Amino acid sequence: MDYLKARGRIFDIQRYSIHDGPGIRTIVFLKGCPLRCRWCCNPEGQEWKEHDMLIGGSLKHYGEDISVEELMPRLIRDEFYFIRSGGGITLSGGECLHQPDFAPHILHASHDLGYNTCIETTGYQSWNIIERYLPHLDYVLMDIKHMNSSKHKAFTGVANELIRENALKFAQSGVDLTIRVPVIPTFNNTPEEIADIAGFAASLPGVRQLHLLPYHRLGQGKYDGLGREYTMRDIEPMTHEYMEMLLETAKRSGLDCRIGG
Amino acid sequence: MKKFNTADIPKTERIGRLIEDLFAKMPEIEADRALLITESYKKTENEPIVMRRAKAFAHILENIPIIIRDNELIVGSSTQSPRSCQCYPEFSFEWLEAELDTVEKRAADPFYISEETKAALRSVFPYWKGKTTSDLATAYMAPEAITSVEHNMFTPGNYFYNGVGHFTVKYWDVIDLGLEGVKKQVTDELALMNVYDEDYTTKHTLLNAMLISIDAVINYARRYAVLAMDMAKECADPARKRELLEIAKNCANVPEHPASNFYEACQSFWFIQQVIQLESSGHSISPGRFDQYMYPLYKKGIYDGTLTREFAQELLDCIWIKFNDLNKCRDAASAEGFAGYSLFQNLCAGGQTIDGRDAVNDLSFLCIQASMHTLLPAPSFSVRIWNGTPNEFMLKCAELTRTGIGLPAYYNDEVIIPTLMSRGVSLEDARNYSIIGCVEPQAMGRTHGWHDAAFFNMCRPLELVFSNGYDKGVKVGPQTGEVADMTSFDEFLAAYKAQSDYQVQMMVNANNAIDVAHRERAPLPFVASLVDDCIKTGKTMEEGGAHYNFTGPQGFGIANMTDALYAIKKLVFEEKKYTLSDFKEALALNYGHGLTPKAAREATNEVVKNVLAEGRQVDETMIAGVFKMFIEGVCSDEQKARFEQMRKDIDAVAKYGNDIEEVDLFARETAYIYTKELNKYKNPRGGIFQAGLYPVSANVPLGEQTGATPDGRLANTPVADGVGPRGGYDIDGPTAAANSVARLDHAMASNGTLYNQKFHPSALAGIEGLQKFVYYIRGYFDQKGMHMQFNVVDRKTLLDAQTNPEKYKSLVVRVAGYSALFTTLSRSLQDDIIARTEQTF
Repeated sequence: MDYLKARGRIFDIQRYSIHDGPGIRTIVFLKGCPLRCRWCCNPEGQEWKEHDMLIGGSLKHYGEDISVEELMPRLIRDEFYFIRSGGGITLSGGECLHQPDFAPHILHASHDLGYNTCIETTGYQSWNIIERYLPHLDYVLMDIKHMNSSKHKAFTGVANELIRENALKFAQSGVDLTIRVPVIPTFNNTPEEIADIAGFAASLPGVRQLHLLPYHRLGQGKYDGLGREYTMRDIEPMTHEYMEMLLETAKRSGLDCRIGG
Repeated sequence: MKKFNTADIPKTERIGRLIEDLFAKMPEIEADRALLITESYKKTENEPIVMRRAKAFAHILENIPIIIRDNELIVGSSTQSPRSCQCYPEFSFEWLEAELDTVEKRAADPFYISEETKAALRSVFPYWKGKTTSDLATAYMAPEAITSVEHNMFTPGNYFYNGVGHFTVKYWDVIDLGLEGVKKQVTDELALMNVYDEDYTTKHTLLNAMLISIDAVINYARRYAVLAMDMAKECADPARKRELLEIAKNCANVPEHPASNFYEACQSFWFIQQVIQLESSGHSISPGRFDQYMYPLYKKGIYDGTLTREFAQELLDCIWIKFNDLNKCRDAASAEGFAGYSLFQNLCAGGQTIDGRDAVNDLSFLCIQASMHTLLPAPSFSVRIWNGTPNEFMLKCAELTRTGIGLPAYYNDEVIIPTLMSRGVSLEDARNYSIIGCVEPQAMGRTHGWHDAAFFNMCRPLELVFSNGYDKGVKVGPQTGEVADMTSFDEFLAAYKAQSDYQVQMMVNANNAIDVAHRERAPLPFVASLVDDCIKTGKTMEEGGAHYNFTGPQGFGIANMTDALYAIKKLVFEEKKYTLSDFKEALALNYGHGLTPKAAREATNEVVKNVLAEGRQVDETMIAGVFKMFIEGVCSDEQKARFEQMRKDIDAVAKYGNDIEEVDLFARETAYIYTKELNKYKNPRGGIFQAGLYPVSANVPLGEQTGATPDGRLANTPVADGVGPRGGYDIDGPTAAANSVARLDHAMASNGTLYNQKFHPSALAGIEGLQKFVYYIRGYFDQKGMHMQFNVVDRKTLLDAQTNPEKYKSLVVRVAGYSALFTTLSRSLQDDIIARTEQTF
């Protein structure tokens, strides 16, 4: 089948993204995710099925089935900025690895136009499926959320063994890989836990950067809009000083570490 | 190896002290100039006007009190008190006479005025009755144009009340040749003349007036030399004594002679910049390409070891502060439109040389550093960007943007140079353009651009379409028919164009009347000696002596008119949801909303006035009742509900600013209605009219004079800023908005376009953030955008956004993987963002 005809489901497109890969980028958010991270700031992307969410007082529909050739004209609009900045397209979600009959073809079509390609991923997928993404993939932003598998499962719904294996395989594949850590109070924000993750990231061949993403509760209104309970409601964001301390801890791994993407 | 020396230079203590002194007290109005010019004018009643002007200029410069402020290295002040102003009664004085007792307390740009000054001004004002440029302009204006002005169709007040300004003189001639060299140009020209030449009378008089003016400036500098010497004698501090002796030496040498080093060049530049602003009250006296003409002596000093970068920086910082020492008192209404005591002295860096190579040099970087050191509103700092502009330069500019001061403004050579050429400017002159005032490009040292000639309110002609040419019962436009009878969008659009064209014609009449008034009553012989080709042609700039002549009034409201006309096209003629009569009713009743408190007060006063005029009584209860009616509106609940639905339907129509090609091309056509029509007309100086698209800050006060518009905008609320989308209606982020704005034909608006944006500092964090910001500007300029300027919001702004969300509806905040419109977030989340804002750098 012509790859431009491939269809999938998205729930948002965000232009002028400057914290999610090189240059100026447009992020395509793909719908559906196998994880249920308690702090997720895009909960409208978790379910595969389409639904409405109450936002700013009005109902908005989330979920749009679209083909690659219908999608591309919406991504081309910021071409001037992509070409100037070495930016391009970032696939996020949801979990873009869970639409293997669609997502790799967006990457392909983006490469056709000379754009840099990137995925933001949990890494939770069989490697033989992930391999279908690699031919047209320049850059991977992958989360490592916790080194302890049972705690990982408690807060995200899945164990972390597959994720750790895939991180190593991504690293060995030669793709440009950056590890990201959503730093979440009550989950992984002790210096020991951050040091563990940083140590693991540093052990991956070729990985140079580690991004610590401080917890924010900007997604909390969305849970109300979805009629879902936000279990992190009482969690306060960390102070800047505390994040700086964790950053220093992470830096001991020898990686280039920073706060934010 | 790096091409430029860009290492940061620390700010010296002197700079902090100078700034502190500058803002130690509120600006004051001083009377010396008004007294001196009146004295001189009384003695020259029967002489040619240029001669009277030159003698008055000389009389002022000879007698106005002079002062050298503490810590100054560059001297020359127009007033005793810092940041204060002189008065210019030859242009207009009635407004000041009326405001003498209130100017100190008014909200926008207040000035202190002593009782002594008031008495002095009151003693001279009677002399000027009937003698001002504004009196003559009124006499020249067609009655129908006056009607249009009275009904706020356009506002030519700037030059009606004040001098014109808006030029760059040949500072480089003074620096390189000295005023003695300029005098030689004049005397050489005189030597070529014969008494029987057809232009002998006027040209010979002007050239002699120039000589008087030039000598006046030389003598003025000498007064400073003497003062500095006297102060040095008294000075106990040996360091300051040395500085004063140096100042004395400089002022004895420049601007009369060529500057022999960079310090003298700075002093020479400043004298010219300052005295021009004593010759007339015109604002936007713009230094132009300072980093170019100051560079040779900078380079020489650095190479031969007589100048350090540090001292050069301190001198620039001193000049930057001096720009803020000059001030101008405008009438209360204009002060609102130009709020912030701004004189728009626009200084330019970067761009191309006249042979088309990159012009950035080390001094360009020092200019950026000076703005960072002083963080003051003046000078308006502009940078010229072209395809070959070094990235390093743009990064440094972005760093300045990141301070949040709103500078620099970025200009695109790739659009502006061909645009100027399309207006008849030569390739070399176009490459040598500078920015005047707010955003107006001109071939510097050779142009009388008459930029900023008027604000043309693009919304008002649409109101006239719905009222068939009437405003408040008076016919102010052509009768284009009742909207109820219009059967196609083309017919409706033709009516708008007819109304707009008529008002353009009235504005041309008003501008030309004012133009001639300045020619006859306020020619500027000193400025003429420093602008090509006034010496050669023997004409003042006001007579058309400059090489290039334009008149540039600026239209504003492009976003509102696009959205308004597009909504009518869609809702009335395509979807047929509403009729034009529905719109007429909704607009007349302000969509069921009451007026703003200010408008309601004015409307109430109007009613009271009418009632009194009819000889009837008014009482407090009645006034309160009328006011209540205006503030709450007069609609039934049924009407209110209907209008509310209508506004929702209007909101649902696609809007300018979201990268929707169909709407954006519609905006392009809408802008043409103003820009292309205006281009057909000529001014009395032999030049053409050229349009600008920008409102400065007038979109707020002039919005107050504008009724409800079919884009859903309520009466008396602000009109959209610059060429940008309406606040809150660009919801797809900065690239989408920029793409929309780039689809306007900026080249048709050769008097300048203005695109303001607000950015959250997270977008400029770190070196990567700066670089991406630079790419963003590049992406807009690649699409032939002309100008960009940024407000980087700080904590204070975000707090303001919490209080006044309606002003910040489009403000996007971004963190990794997430973005939101700030005002839609809950209070506590907004607080989170504010907390993050402080830690981004």
